[in-house]
Amino acid sequence: MTDLTNLGVKAIRDGVAAGDFTAREVAEAFNANVAAAKDLNAFIVATPEKALEAADAVDAKRAKGEELGTMGGVPIGMKDLFCTDGVQTTAASHILEGFVPQYESTVSANLWRAGAGMLGKLNLDQFAMGSSNETSYFGNVISPWRKPGSNAALIPGGSSGGSSTAVAARLAPAATGTDTGGSIRQPAAVTGITGIKPTYGRCSRWGVVAFASSLDQAGPMARDVTDCAIMLEAMAGFDPKDSTSLDMPVPQWEAGLNADLKGKKVGIPHEYRMDGTDQAILESWERGKEWLRDAGAEIVDISLPHTKYALPAYYIIAPAEASSNLARYDGVRYGLRDLPEGAGLQDMYAATRAAGFGDEVKRRILIGTYVLSAGFYDAYYTQAQKIRTLVAQDFEKAWNECDLILAPTTPNAAFPLGGFDGDPLAMYLNDVFAVPASLAGLPAMSVPAMLNGDGLPLGLQIVSKPFDEQGVLNAGLAIEQRSGFDATPDKWW
Amino acid sequence: MVRCGAANAFAMSITREEVAKIASLARIRMDEAELDRMVPELNNILGWVEQLGEVDTSSVEPMTAVIPQAMRLRDDVVDADPLTAGGRREDVLANAPAAEHGFFGVPKVIE
Repeated sequence: MTDLTNLGVKAIRDGVAAGDFTAREVAEAFNANVAAAKDLNAFIVATPEKALEAADAVDAKRAKGEELGTMGGVPIGMKDLFCTDGVQTTAASHILEGFVPQYESTVSANLWRAGAGMLGKLNLDQFAMGSSNETSYFGNVISPWRKPGSNAALIPGGSSGGSSTAVAARLAPAATGTDTGGSIRQPAAVTGITGIKPTYGRCSRWGVVAFASSLDQAGPMARDVTDCAIMLEAMAGFDPKDSTSLDMPVPQWEAGLNADLKGKKVGIPHEYRMDGTDQAILESWERGKEWLRDAGAEIVDISLPHTKYALPAYYIIAPAEASSNLARYDGVRYGLRDLPEGAGLQDMYAATRAAGFGDEVKRRILIGTYVLSAGFYDAYYTQAQKIRTLVAQDFEKAWNECDLILAPTTPNAAFPLGGFDGDPLAMYLNDVFAVPASLAGLPAMSVPAMLNGDGLPLGLQIVSKPFDEQGVLNAGLAIEQRSGFDATPDKWW
Repeated sequence: MVRCGAANAFAMSITREEVAKIASLARIRMDEAELDRMVPELNNILGWVEQLGEVDTSSVEPMTAVIPQAMRLRDDVVDADPLTAGGRREDVLANAPAAEHGFFGVPKVIE
């Protein structure tokens, strides 16, 4: 029999439905890969019994001739930012170590209802704050990719670094991610996989540990565009428990896939051509234009004039929201409590938060507290929200000239672990191409384009109007069909 | 140190005392070494975001909702959604570091 862990979401679902193999066989194969990949540190907790339990339920349904669901028999990895009933959920922090939710997040519940099973909870940057998965309390995630002939560990991207690693290393056919300012797209790009952040509000935030609520969006990470379409369809949907959930029907994205881009205009924003951008990144962009032209699209030059201000605005808005959201970790209701001898309530708060948060989280809470403090609120926070309006207006104007936007996902390929130690600001610049679409709430996806001269993957990003995930997926499919990208990391773990 | 509420007026740089004050507001205990490390890092980041002051935003409204939506009100029904309904005290207390007699336990507070 073929190695079942080489199959993606669609192949597994269809194979289980056709009786080519059982869901249990699939779950066992992936459970074995998870257990053998401790060196990658992609999982905080493995839940092989959960994967088997879901698989057995699907196999039993099939025996009775019942519907198996759109993800029937597909085991997935769950980013440890989604609350899972009875399974520890940490956001990769010490402050939530041992926290066992008594309820299930809407997105994960939707996936289980569609027939998916859980392989485990995936590592991430602490509270989803980071671009390299080096801020987790549970250790760094290591990319399965290495430069040929080198043993140097590379970053898997972040914050969904456990997700990107699990999919790239064949530990899971797909995984959930969340994207606040690039946390699905950047890790997907640097590990040679596919990931989509839908329009803000498509996926419910209920039960997802909050980072920056006006930006946080869940989405799928998988091996190809079709698998992302299937999984996003299962994840999305209106949820009255999330006040910003979109009250709209979920389109049939899988059925709507169509790589013919005739009549579509694809905009190339010249502001994304920044000084010092890697030559290989520019080359991948040129190839992307050719592929989309070949699919029938017309390439047009556009301008997004406030692009350079998007990232600094994000680094005011996201920390401001984080400082407010993370105020809930107080050592009273759940999570860590540090109660020094003789300490009062205020001392307990301060000691608990000092012990429970990592450096990057503290840094962002302090920045957020500062920009929201009396006397600075208008200069920093209000100004950033005005810039956010301008960034969104740039996109609105661009839609008069084009239907989609093509850009690189990242300014560089995966970098070595520790590459930005002591320089948080330089690390932030990794999300320079991803953040504008986040600020504007737009659907955006990264698809693999090519390997650079070091043999490392590079991704291309497609952005579209609100609610046009289909347009994003279709252009992604057109690229995927032409790039011929089928590189996988050589197994060393 | 410039203290000013007007738009486009940024602080020159943040002092060690101010970082200590913010940490206290954020209820994060910080020792001297941590403060020493944090001050230049925060100044580096704040210095970089100050470029936002270059943009004339005098006629721009700050964003309040990225996808315009009307605020929904749920039906005025008791326990409309069992997942967010009442009557789940045990679940609510299940993860508390100290729960006693059906309440969250905290250190004695005497003002």
